[in-house]
Amino acid sequence: MSRDLLNLIVQATGESLFMVSIAALIATAFGLPIGVFLATSRKGELFAAPAVNSVLGIIVNATRSTPFIILVVAIIPFTRLIAGTSIGSGAAIVPLTIAAMPFIARLVEAAIREVDAGLIETASSFGASPLQIVLKVLIPEALPGLVLALTLAVVSLLGYSAMVGAVGGGGLGDLGIRYGYQRFMPEMMLAVVVVLIALVQTVQTAGDYLARRVNRRLRHR
Amino acid sequence: MNVHQSLTAAEPVETLSPLPHPPTTADAMVRFEQVAKAYPAYRDKPSVQALKDIDFAIPRGSITGVIGRSGAGKSSLVRLINGLEKPSSGRVVVDGRDISGLSGRDLRLAQRSIGMIFQHFNLLSSRTAADNIALPLEIAGWSRRDIAVRVAELLELVGIADKYDRYPSELSGGQKQRIGIARALATRPNVLLSDEATSALDPQTTRSILDLLANINRELGVTIVLITHEMSVVRQLAKEVVVIDGGHIVERGHVADIFTHPAHPVTQAFLSEVIGDSVPVSLASRLQPRPVAGGHAVIRIQVRGADAGDTIVARLARELSIDVALLSARIDEIGGQHVGSLSLGIPGGEAAADKAAAYLSQNNLPAERLGYVA
Repeated sequence: MSRDLLNLIVQATGESLFMVSIAALIATAFGLPIGVFLATSRKGELFAAPAVNSVLGIIVNATRSTPFIILVVAIIPFTRLIAGTSIGSGAAIVPLTIAAMPFIARLVEAAIREVDAGLIETASSFGASPLQIVLKVLIPEALPGLVLALTLAVVSLLGYSAMVGAVGGGGLGDLGIRYGYQRFMPEMMLAVVVVLIALVQTVQTAGDYLARRVNRRLRHR
Repeated sequence: MNVHQSLTAAEPVETLSPLPHPPTTADAMVRFEQVAKAYPAYRDKPSVQALKDIDFAIPRGSITGVIGRSGAGKSSLVRLINGLEKPSSGRVVVDGRDISGLSGRDLRLAQRSIGMIFQHFNLLSSRTAADNIALPLEIAGWSRRDIAVRVAELLELVGIADKYDRYPSELSGGQKQRIGIARALATRPNVLLSDEATSALDPQTTRSILDLLANINRELGVTIVLITHEMSVVRQLAKEVVVIDGGHIVERGHVADIFTHPAHPVTQAFLSEVIGDSVPVSLASRLQPRPVAGGHAVIRIQVRGADAGDTIVARLARELSIDVALLSARIDEIGGQHVGSLSLGIPGGEAAADKAAAYLSQNNLPAERLGYVA
């Protein structure tokens, strides 16, 4: 493989990592609180707001059921509003974030709901406010599950990022399509797939390790 | 249901001996005033009347056991005390303050003076022993330094100072409950609520936890309210007992009085759990309905009271000049009172058995004729 092609792969990997990491950060910043709210706002729960919970649930479901490639195209005006342009890696972060946010919210909700309800009652019994319960009980107790959820989200984002080539987002997926498929360079396609596999493996292994480290339910000594 | 209602509504069961410190309004730590609690219907579940006509006081510094079967309303009762639940009507006054009328920040402040321990310990798996104990202090906004000092004291108090850096997954049930107790006491509450705190522990560990609670009551003067379905817990720890069934208080008073003279069937059932009211199998299998030549008539007496039964076998033997056989005996001590039953074998045929029964009745020990053995 020529030096030029190798450079292309390195550059595309950089673009993919840039898009995915920024999108993951922003999506987590919004998805985490939304997920916590979803997990605590049904009838009789900490922040009981059943109506808001239902509406939010519908929005989350709607976003999640929209195929990513359609989402990318459908929100182009919004992307332009936020990023100033609708093409390039920077602009691609917008649809990636929008797609990952509800996904992360649902994963966070599931992880938070795993926390024993008895712990919420316990914290309430010594006068903890709902916010204190979230920060000192729910999130720390759900941490192993949250780490795994974010790992899953990052892996999914890597997959999504392959599609943003459609709007000139660049990245590994785009490279694979343009060179590997459209220019009939199977070795390029293979290289892209191998790099993606390596990235997913790394992310998953790191996530698993971290989740085990923060899980105090397992015995360490 | 009718039995309960007539017992509670018409005439509250009085204690038999005067209380040393009658639970007057003045020194009541917890006072239930005409409390009822109903859970509204939800989806396919009908509404539930969990508690009704609850009106009693828990004396300051006492250890009060609330005993009842599953679903009797014990959990609701104890959760009304720390405001985790609100009464549907009536008031719950804790340390002179109407906790049922508080909400938001005022309620959270009041909750800091009421500790609670749980059947399943409810420790945070993500925190060490010390950090679990620190949690209520962090929530109350203590400084880091004050927390460290207080946590060290508490670890010492509950006897697990060497386990401070262990996570709950590395500790035994008894150790976990000790952390639970330390955590409940962290903010120096004056009431400690125990929700079946020993039900998940083995008998030996249960005993050590109950001893710890007794020490805490004695040394810190903390009023303890424990709910349980285990008679042995009430017997070992409590001085006052409230028996609840079907959401009503069916009986209450001193442990010794209630259990030497149980009036309600539920109380009697709980009592027989401890003292084994039934005739031992080995004896029951030998019982015959008709007299056996050269055998014994079997008479059972119930022993209730401080000195009841202590010399009765000897006196009976002397009075009737017979050799009384002791076929089975089980006597336990509850609150300093003897409670149990004796099965006696009376030789000499029907006449002797009648005389023995008459003599026992004269001594306020009604005799029950079980049958005959060879």
